[in-house]
Order: sequence, then C-alpha cells, then structure tokens
Amino acid sequence: MITTKTILQPEVLEAVVVRFVGDSGDGMQLTGTQFTDTSAMFGNDIATFPNYPSEIRAPQGSLYGVSGFQVHIGSVEISTPGDNVDLLVAMNPAALKTNLYSVKPGHTIIVDTDSFTKKNLDKAEYKTNPLEDGSLENYRVIQVDMTTMTKEALKDVEGLDNKSITRSKNMFSLGMVYWMYNRPKDYTIDFFNKKFKGEQHLVEANTKVLNAGYYFAETLELIPNAYTISPAKMIPGKYRIIGGNTATAWGLLAAAEKSGLELFLGSYPITPATDILHELVKHKHFGVKAFQAEDEIAGITSAIGAAFAGDLAVTTTSGPGLALKGEAIGLAMMVELPLVIINVQRGGPSTGLPTKTEQSDLMQAMYGRNGESPVIVIAASTPANCFNFAYEAARLALEHMTPVILLTDGYIANGSAPWKIKSTADMPEIKNHKVTEIKENWSPYGRDEKTLARNWPVPGTPGMEHRIGGLEKDSVTGNISYEPNNHEKMTHIRAEKVRLVQNNIPDLKTEFADSGDLLVIGWGGTYGSLHSAVKQISDQGYKNIGFAHFNYINPMPKNTEEILSKFKKIIVCELNAGQFVSILKTRFTKFEFSQHNKIQGLPFSNDELIQHFKQLV
Amino acid sequence: METTTAVKKYTFKDFTSDQEVRWCPGCDDYVILRSMQKALPEMGVNKEDVVFISGIGCSSRFPYYMSTYGMHTIHGRAPGIASGVKLANPNLSVWIMTGDGDSMAIGGNHFIHLLRRNIDLNMVIFNNEIYGLTKGQFSPTSIIGQKTKSSPHGNTQPPFSPGELALGANARFFARIGGNNPKDMTQIFIDAHKFKGTSLIEVLQNCVIFNDGCFDEVTDKAVKEDMQIFLEHGKPMIFGKNNDKGLVLNKLKLEVVTIGENGITQEDILVHDAKEEDKTLHQMLVRLDYPLATGIIRSFNDVTLEEREDALTAQVKSNSKFKKADDLFFSGETYEVK
Repeated sequence: MITTKTILQPEVLEAVVVRFVGDSGDGMQLTGTQFTDTSAMFGNDIATFPNYPSEIRAPQGSLYGVSGFQVHIGSVEISTPGDNVDLLVAMNPAALKTNLYSVKPGHTIIVDTDSFTKKNLDKAEYKTNPLEDGSLENYRVIQVDMTTMTKEALKDVEGLDNKSITRSKNMFSLGMVYWMYNRPKDYTIDFFNKKFKGEQHLVEANTKVLNAGYYFAETLELIPNAYTISPAKMIPGKYRIIGGNTATAWGLLAAAEKSGLELFLGSYPITPATDILHELVKHKHFGVKAFQAEDEIAGITSAIGAAFAGDLAVTTTSGPGLALKGEAIGLAMMVELPLVIINVQRGGPSTGLPTKTEQSDLMQAMYGRNGESPVIVIAASTPANCFNFAYEAARLALEHMTPVILLTDGYIANGSAPWKIKSTADMPEIKNHKVTEIKENWSPYGRDEKTLARNWPVPGTPGMEHRIGGLEKDSVTGNISYEPNNHEKMTHIRAEKVRLVQNNIPDLKTEFADSGDLLVIGWGGTYGSLHSAVKQISDQGYKNIGFAHFNYINPMPKNTEEILSKFKKIIVCELNAGQFVSILKTRFTKFEFSQHNKIQGLPFSNDELIQHFKQLV
Repeated sequence: METTTAVKKYTFKDFTSDQEVRWCPGCDDYVILRSMQKALPEMGVNKEDVVFISGIGCSSRFPYYMSTYGMHTIHGRAPGIASGVKLANPNLSVWIMTGDGDSMAIGGNHFIHLLRRNIDLNMVIFNNEIYGLTKGQFSPTSIIGQKTKSSPHGNTQPPFSPGELALGANARFFARIGGNNPKDMTQIFIDAHKFKGTSLIEVLQNCVIFNDGCFDEVTDKAVKEDMQIFLEHGKPMIFGKNNDKGLVLNKLKLEVVTIGENGITQEDILVHDAKEEDKTLHQMLVRLDYPLATGIIRSFNDVTLEEREDALTAQVKSNSKFKKADDLFFSGETYEVK
C-alpha cells in the first residue's frame, strides 16, 4: 500500500484539503486550527469547517462520537472548505469509517494503528480490520503506532499522567502533517508557550511530541512525498483567521462604536448561534450589555426594550428560536424600533438537524409573522463578510427605524477564513433618528421624508413623553386608531418604508459574465460553493455563464430586473426546496427560473454544480 | 444611578394623558390609575424618567392613560421589555402593569425569572381572578368551582397564589392591597419605587362585569378591618375593628388570638419584620386566609442585577487593554500579507 521514494524537493501544489478526525476528546479541532493558523501565517488562502457531534462526550470510539476539522489551503483563491480530501488523518477506526468516503482515490490516509484494537473495531462496526483486509487498496495508507511513539517521546518528561500523555498524540499527527506540507513549527510552539504559561512540563511535552511526529515523517521516509503550497496572491494588508460567528459579533461591536450607541444583546443559547453570545459577553470593556434571557422570547423582548430606551439592540438565534420570536418581531415592526435579529440557520423543520447547515428559514424570515409585517432581510455570504453584514444590519435598522433580519448559516458561522482586518474608521457612517429638540406639531410618528423612518425619542428626554404599542396607530398622532382607511394607509407606509431601503443599498453585481446563456443565482452562505463552481467552469472556457449572488433579499437591489434580463436562462441554487426562487417568480413574472436544490444538511459540492451547469448550456 | 438634575414639582394632573380612559365604569382599575398618578409626584422622579410597560389585557391599557413614556406590548412579555429598558438606562423608573393572566399564565416564565434576577423595577398585578378583555374566562388565579365562560360547570384547575409564587421565585419585595384602598395603595407605590430591587404589588382588583364581588368577603368596607391585617414593618401584627386581634406563632402555624383573652397581652403578638432575609414567616403571612395579609409583606434589601453587572463591568474595564473595537480586531494572532 505504501510506496516510498527519496525526497529531493517538495512537490508544489495549488491547493490541498486536509481533514483531521478522531474522538471528540482527541483534540482534532485544536489540531486543525493550528494547521490553519500556521498555513495562514505562511500566506495561503484558507477556508475551514469544523464538524463535531451534537453529543458533548459521546462514548469513546463510537461512530457518532467522531469529531472532525477540515481545512482547505491554497496558493490560489480558496472559497470553500473543499469537498473531497487529499489527506485524511484518522485517529481511530470509527473516524476512518465515517470519513473514508471523502478521500479522493489514490490519496493519503494517516492512521494511528494503536487505536485499531478489537474493541475499537467492534465499536466502529468493522467485521475485519480495514488495515489488513485490503479494503483500503485504493488509498495510500500510512500506518503509524502513534500512541506508542508519543509515550516513547515523553518517557523522560516528569509530571505527566497517562491521560495527558495519550491526549498529546494529536500533536504527533500535526507534526507529521507539518513535515508533509513543508510548514514551519514555530507558530505552534509559540502557541504552547502561551497556552501552558507557567506549566513548563506541558510546553515541553507538547513540543516534544510535535517534533517527534515531524522527525518521524522526515527520517523514516514513510511518507511518500512532501508538498508545498506557495503563498496565495492576496490583497496586501493585515489579516487574521476569523470564524463567521465571531465576525458577526465583531461587526456589531464596530457598528455600536461607529453609531455612538451602546450595544445590547438579548439572547438564549441555541446551536449554532450561541458563539455570538459567547463572543459578545467577553466585551464588557466596550460597554456591551449581553443579557442571557430565560427563553427566546425574553431574548428578543429585552432587546426591544433596550431599543426603546435608545441602545443598538440585537437578538441572536437559530430557526426554532426565530419561530418563537415571531410575535415580538411583529411588535418591533409595528412600533418601528431599530432591532437586529440574527438567525444562524440550521437544518429544519422543528429541531431538525441542529449541527448541519441549510437555507430553509428564508420564508420564515420574510413572512413568519401575523398580519402584513415586512422587515428588511439580508444575508451574509462568507465567514469573513459576516462582519460586514452584521454591521450593515445595524446600519439599516438604525437608519430606517425597523427590524432587520440577518441570515447566516451553520456553514459560514462555524467556518473560518482569512479576514483582511477592517478598521472601524473605514466603515460607513451610521445615522440614527434620535430627537431631543421639540419642534411644533412634534409626533413620535413624524417621519423622515426620504426614508419614512420615524422619530426616535428615547425615555429620559424631557418633553417627548409618548406611548407606543402593538395596536394600530393614527398615521399622524400615533394614538390608537381602528379607522379602516388609516389601517390601510399605515400598512402601505410600513411596506413602502422597507421598499425605500433600495436607495440605501448597493446594486447587484455579476461575476464572470455580464450577459450570456446562463445566470447562476444564489444567496447567503452558498457564495463560496457557487463562486468556485462558476469560476472553474468559466476557466474551462464556458464564458457565457454569469453569477449573481444576493446579500439583500428584502428589498432586493434596484437593478435586479435589469440583470435578470441579460441572460437567456436563469438557475437559482439554494440549500432548501426552492424558497428564494419562489420569491423571484412572484416578483419577476416575465422571467423563467429553473432551480437547483439540495436539502441534505450539507453544502453544495463542486462537482454536482458543475455537472448541472454544463447540462444547461 | 440617581438623577442629578433637580426634580421638578408635579401634581397628579401632570401624569394624566389626553387619552379617554376606556375601562368599564366602576372598575378598580380607575383606583389604581389615580393612585399611581398621585404617587408619582411624591416619588422625587422626573416625568421624563418614568416608563410604563404593559402586556395585553384590561390592565395593560394603563400606559396609554399616563403622560409618561410607555409601551403597550404583547401578551405576557412586559417583563422582558421592561428589563431591557432598565438595563439600557438604569436611570429610569420602570413599571410593569399587568394582570393575573398576563403575568401568571402566558407570561409565567418571565414572571418568575424577573423576580429571581432582582432588577430595580416595579410590577403591579391587577388580580381580578378572571380574564376581562376576552370577556370572562377563568384565569390562573380563579378559584376551583368558579363558573366562567370557559368553565360553565365550574373551574377544575387549582389556582396560583401570586404571593406564594413570587416568594418561591425569591421576590425581595411583595405587597398586597385591596383595589378599593387608594390611600394605602398610593403609599405602597411610593415605597415600591424607593425599594432597590424588583417590587411586586398585587392589587385585589374587582372586575365589575365578569367577577363582581369576588373579594367582597375581605375588602368590603364593612368587614375589611376584621378580615384583613394591614402589615407595617416594625409594628405588631394587630387587626380588627377594636384592634384586639393579633397573630402569634403556635408551633409551625400562625394563629389568631384575642388580646385580653387567655392571658394574651400585646407583648405576645408577633412584630412584623418585612426586611428579614428568611422568608419563612413572610410565606406564612402570604398564605393566610384569615385574616388576609395586606400591606408590604416582604421588603428584603438585596444586591440588584444592575449592581452586580456594574461592578463586573468596572472590573473588566479596568483590567482590559481594549479601549476601542480596533484594539480587539488588531490584537492577537494577526499576520501581514505583502
């Protein structure tokens, strides 16, 4: 199974996908993160995706307890974590069994043979040992007795118990991978020094194991080849690797600072949105008020209260939580207060697939409330631009005095990528409608002529005492009104207010072709998959395919119809049964839309998209 | 954070809005409204710093009739909204106006968590043991056997006692008052405002249309002195027209005794300590049927949520190297692409 040869110069690759898999306690997330950060420092473009079980501590060695981390690094532009992997590091039989499908035939698998015991094989439901029965013939399998060698490397380090010794074997695998891909070790060794500050024996132990793995790979020449991936051409500047949920939280911090308002978060824990709460609670030094409420409803209602009192108010959730918040979103829309609602979508319906991704809350975001209750709906499309769209959600809420629903999803929220760090100084201005000066005929429902946004007089302001509420109100005084024509008028005003947001958002852009035979349309978190598929097909000579990706769903950019009219065919790709396409069909009746949908809790794969697009042209 | 600006002088008229009050004639809600309008000028708070938040129900129309800031929100959710208002601006005097259905049925979860947290705000429950606005269904405080539109043969669901529920959720301030007693109600509102922490006031509010007379046995002027004990901190628990009845502790139960009978003197009567942390006796008082305990039953000074949060924030701020968002964004593991 293994062919060995002497290594002279590392082979240069454009891009490579590596997946680390093991038990949830094996430290695979950490291993993957280290490989990611080191490669980022090296100058590669990157996309990552973690994959962990919903069980916190699933039984050791079980199929459902496998945790993984995938990273795609390249000297070229990388827009997805990759579909199939070039290198799989599997720490036990269960990890091998559940991930083998993803390895490209002929590519490499590193296994810890020490974990291939009868007991572990049974747990992974292997009848025979895959390392011996020939079932891995199509792969290059590197068998390493990793646990034994880790123990050996640490035999002279004092103060380590058996458990910590075994647990550091992930660093052995990392050392091997560093050698294989010609990566420096210093970043990770620095990391040990910081993480285990004051515990020198742990620094020493981890460094030893990392080195042991590295030198093992080098000297034993068991590794068939070494590769390198040159730095990518990226816009110069200062970067960091950022996950989507962190980027979302930071976008809100930037918006609060820019708008001069205090940030209030009302939230209830829910997968996969909770990391936004985790991040924001850390930042009391910026005056962030993060309130963990008793339920989803109190999460949003506390935010509505904070908005009434003049804060930049936010609530975060995922699908089922958005359902619970529906009535309160209607209230925020009715009282016309600025409010950011972030929905990190997951597989639905009901409890659905909490740890998997899907785009199936679009209809809920658009229409999931009683009565005519339009709100602004926008969607982020990459881990890094969650920063921009969280900022944008805050800007639009404050400038238009209305709730804004920001849709992200598990795929971009948990994924990470390089982010060219944005300074708050470079972000657009954010206006708001706070009033303190009493003018004649003043009314809380007095509106800005251009946006129809109402005044925002906040409690504590003398002379502006007023009452608002969920009952219909008179269009002039704001007092309760059940008058039929007034209700119709107010319904139109609230719809028009959202439509006018078109004047405050950028045009829709096309990539690869401005006109032609086929327009590929996507929205939200599928940007990476769609962009990379259309790019690939365009590079192959299909110059008649354009790509338009929507971040603004309600309202849509003004030039949407113009762009649609420039292509003969249109295909709308979504990770749902066809929600955005049905909105497009309703809005733009003169076009024919075809659709490509996937509802497996997984992102699109490159191959399936390319195959489909080629059939259409 | 007390307001530093001089507090303006007000009369009750300054708190009256231009909206026509639409409660049924004879409703105790009018008493609550007027008592609040009379209490506010005595609180030493500026009008612009007062906020009334309500849910849904007859009680929840309250904010429209006040000339302060206010929000009429959605059913059961006033505690969440009020918490957000107060946490956003701790300088405000925040009042939740709610009913038995709004607070203990649809809003039951928010009710207990509000009391648990102890944010410095106030909640008034208009308890009429019935759903008024939806025209007469039993509520979570309706008694067993009560005939209503949704229980024509008699209610089978045992009720909550708001006070017991509140103390179970660790309420630091609980008062109860008859809806026909504006004088004491006004004073209780003032005391609730001054109390640092969540204050809960249960008003026994008669619904003239759907549950008329439900509290007559204890609140009717002819009997109230004999049937109610009005508790005051530091004073003996004495009641009755002739001030000759009192409460003593007999084993683990409160017992009504008559001063001058069986050798009982005033010295034997329990003295009310509303500020005691141990709520055992407060719970007994809350549960008492005869006499019904009114007045401020519990008023225990505890740390508020804002105080805890402020202290933590100050600590985090003084230890943090981050002053601006950029300090965070450019901190830690960054790298340069050239």
